[in-house]
Amino acid sequence: MTDISAQPTAGPLRRRVDTTSPEAQAAVRRRYRSEARFRTYGLLAILTAAVFLVVLLIDIGARALPAFTTTSLQLNVAVPSDLVPADQKNNPAAIRGADFLPVMREALKTAIPGVQGRGPERTLLRLLSPGAPDDLRERLAANPSLIGTTLKVPLLLSATADLYFKGAGTPINTRSSRGAATPSGTTGTITVSAPGNDFSENLVTVKLAVAERAQALAAEAERTARSSAPNAAERANELRAEAAAMAARAKDTAAAETLDSRLPSLLVEINGGLVKVSQLAADRIEGDVLLPLASTNEAKASDWRIVTYVTPESSRKIGDQEVAFLERFKANGQVEKGFNWRFFTSGDSREPELAGIRGAIVGTALTLLVTLVLCVPVGVAAAIYLEEFAPKNRFTDIIEVNINNLAAVPSIVFGLLGLAMFLNFFGLPRSAPLVGGLVLALLVLPTIIIASRAALKAVPPSIKEAALGVGASHQQAIFHHVLPLAMPGIMTGTIIGMAHALGETAPLLMIGMVAFIVDVPTSVTDAATVLPVQIFLWSDLPELAFKAKTAGAIVVLLVFLFVMNGTAIWLRKRFERRW
Amino acid sequence: MKMDMTTQGIQAAQPYVAAKSSTASKVVARGVNVHYGEKHALKDVSVDVPDQAVMAFIGPSGCGKSTFLRCINRMNDTIPICRVTGKIEIDSKDIYDPSLDVVQLRARVGMVFQKPNPFPKSIYENVAYGPRIHGLAKSKTDLDEIVQTSLEKAGLFKEVKDRLNDSGTGLSGGQQQRLCIARAIAVSPDVILMDEPCSALDPIATAKIEELIDELRSNFCIIIVTHSMQQAARVSQRTAFFHLGILVEEGETETIFTNPRDERTRDYITGRFG
Repeated sequence: MTDISAQPTAGPLRRRVDTTSPEAQAAVRRRYRSEARFRTYGLLAILTAAVFLVVLLIDIGARALPAFTTTSLQLNVAVPSDLVPADQKNNPAAIRGADFLPVMREALKTAIPGVQGRGPERTLLRLLSPGAPDDLRERLAANPSLIGTTLKVPLLLSATADLYFKGAGTPINTRSSRGAATPSGTTGTITVSAPGNDFSENLVTVKLAVAERAQALAAEAERTARSSAPNAAERANELRAEAAAMAARAKDTAAAETLDSRLPSLLVEINGGLVKVSQLAADRIEGDVLLPLASTNEAKASDWRIVTYVTPESSRKIGDQEVAFLERFKANGQVEKGFNWRFFTSGDSREPELAGIRGAIVGTALTLLVTLVLCVPVGVAAAIYLEEFAPKNRFTDIIEVNINNLAAVPSIVFGLLGLAMFLNFFGLPRSAPLVGGLVLALLVLPTIIIASRAALKAVPPSIKEAALGVGASHQQAIFHHVLPLAMPGIMTGTIIGMAHALGETAPLLMIGMVAFIVDVPTSVTDAATVLPVQIFLWSDLPELAFKAKTAGAIVVLLVFLFVMNGTAIWLRKRFERRW
Repeated sequence: MKMDMTTQGIQAAQPYVAAKSSTASKVVARGVNVHYGEKHALKDVSVDVPDQAVMAFIGPSGCGKSTFLRCINRMNDTIPICRVTGKIEIDSKDIYDPSLDVVQLRARVGMVFQKPNPFPKSIYENVAYGPRIHGLAKSKTDLDEIVQTSLEKAGLFKEVKDRLNDSGTGLSGGQQQRLCIARAIAVSPDVILMDEPCSALDPIATAKIEELIDELRSNFCIIIVTHSMQQAARVSQRTAFFHLGILVEEGETETIFTNPRDERTRDYITGRFG
């Protein structure tokens, strides 16, 4: 409708856009430049974020990789027929309870014949995990007729041995010999004489190392002399004397050298055995036998070898004796790598090779179940009431503000609340998924209420009006029409909230879910731990093998998070509606 | 002065209604005032709406015609700050009587909105929803029949009979609006309120809806709010002109458009203001 007062305006338009002047063209160029600049900034921001993400994922993935494989020895194990008393032969419990240690020891001694002495024997046995006989035990329990036979079973290696095969050991250099050599014995401390001066290069290397050490000592002596500590001069003099002695030793190129654990280990592989060098001269060595020799016969040139474990023994977790055993097993083809199923099927353990995340996963599932069961009905009902039914007054305003405040409360505060309320006041069990779920429910509830309200608000009011228009009651309009349309949004919000709860650690520490728990929980009142707390616990442990376990658990947690967020995105895409 | 004029209008209307239809006024409003918070949106409106006829409410934007329309099925109840006083009767029963159930009222007074708003469900479900929640169908065949009849009455059945299970939102704008009309008549209301039903439609769809309104007139009392005076002239038997919350003039459509009594009405319909 036209306005009565509107007069048609006449006359030429006074201002027009000038497109030809140099100023106008400069303005256009400026505009183009600023747009290009903005696009570049955006691209850079995205690229930076992507690079960080990729680096993070690759780093965690690479660290986690060792956690997903496990190393075991494939050995022939002779199961003695008297493993269990004859009348207990068909009792699985008795078989599981039998002492497998002697069986293991015999299997190892068969694999490396000739190992003598309590020391080497114990070292050999320590290569195996305490859980090594588990496989055998289960097989025997399932099939008692195997008792008395010889079986080929995988025996799990200990974490140190496992790490050795995953690269945490030492590089090994092998050098062929030029002349013949003769060992003086087959076990114990022996000498190997090589008249062809086969060891002269090694001696030179060692002398160089000694000279270097002498220099370092001299430098330290000077530093000590300058320090103001009491007795500094005295101590400096001592160090100087030591350095001088060492330098003299290095100069005397013909004299024999004693090797210590700070130097690379030198070994001689001869007549099927291995000797660890302790005294080194150009034409003979003296050392301890690590792997017994077959004979004292003279070994011809290139029939024996000089082996160097490059990393000094004091700088690695694994001793020369262990390395010798493991290399022998490897040479025999008895070392087998496989997927680490145990990581997903067992609970926590003090032994890294036995530790798994099943307990944490089940604990997480139980905790999230409690959270979900509490949160979704309460959160959605609260959202519907506040959005659709509640009168708009000061009281509901205060509630709304406080729900938003709750969403911003640090999670540790909810943990303290849970500790004070659920544990101390209501006396619920400590470390239980029930309490964890309750605490996380408090944490997630505001998120779900806010997301649900947003989803309800996003449904066009015309739908509600249409329902009311055909005579639906307010409640019918909401439950038949508005809520189904808001459901994808509500589910998305719920999943995001759950993913948030899945990664939460701090409040659970407060209610005692941080304990070392071996058993996989079976109910919501059992003591349990959850994935992020398990990660936190493992990351604190000194054993090197737990570093990989930590990364492995992080990968599992991330996979769960990706799956949950992916589901949320899928739901949103799948049920997205346009009006 | 204003009050007089309205009364005059009603008096003048009486013979017409009597001549056109055997029944008396379907909807009777007396002294209706509507406040949105502080704003006095509708001032002392009194009007009689005849049965089996179309009544058009015209007037410039913000004049209160939609507000009044929404009073008739108490849709304004959903707005918390809205306050309605006065008296509106349908079939001589006060619809603001506290003992009256608003849900049952809305089942008797259907509404068609400005923008087509089918439920994002199948065409069948759109029409079947009303009868279902009011328990109008005893069996599945019963319900099928209601859906078919309603769609036929809305002139949509031929176009959609092969795709009753397709989504209602997949139809064209005009079809969606006819679906909304079918949804409204599926619960057999006495009165159908239409709030600018053609403002979002193209001329062809508009023509179809107008034709449909003309057909529905024989069975329902229809009140239509429109911005198009041509539409009011084409479809309605009676017209009421609202301005600034006041019912300025009401009478036979022909009289209003050819010989309005009030100067404001004349100015509006001749297009001098709006």
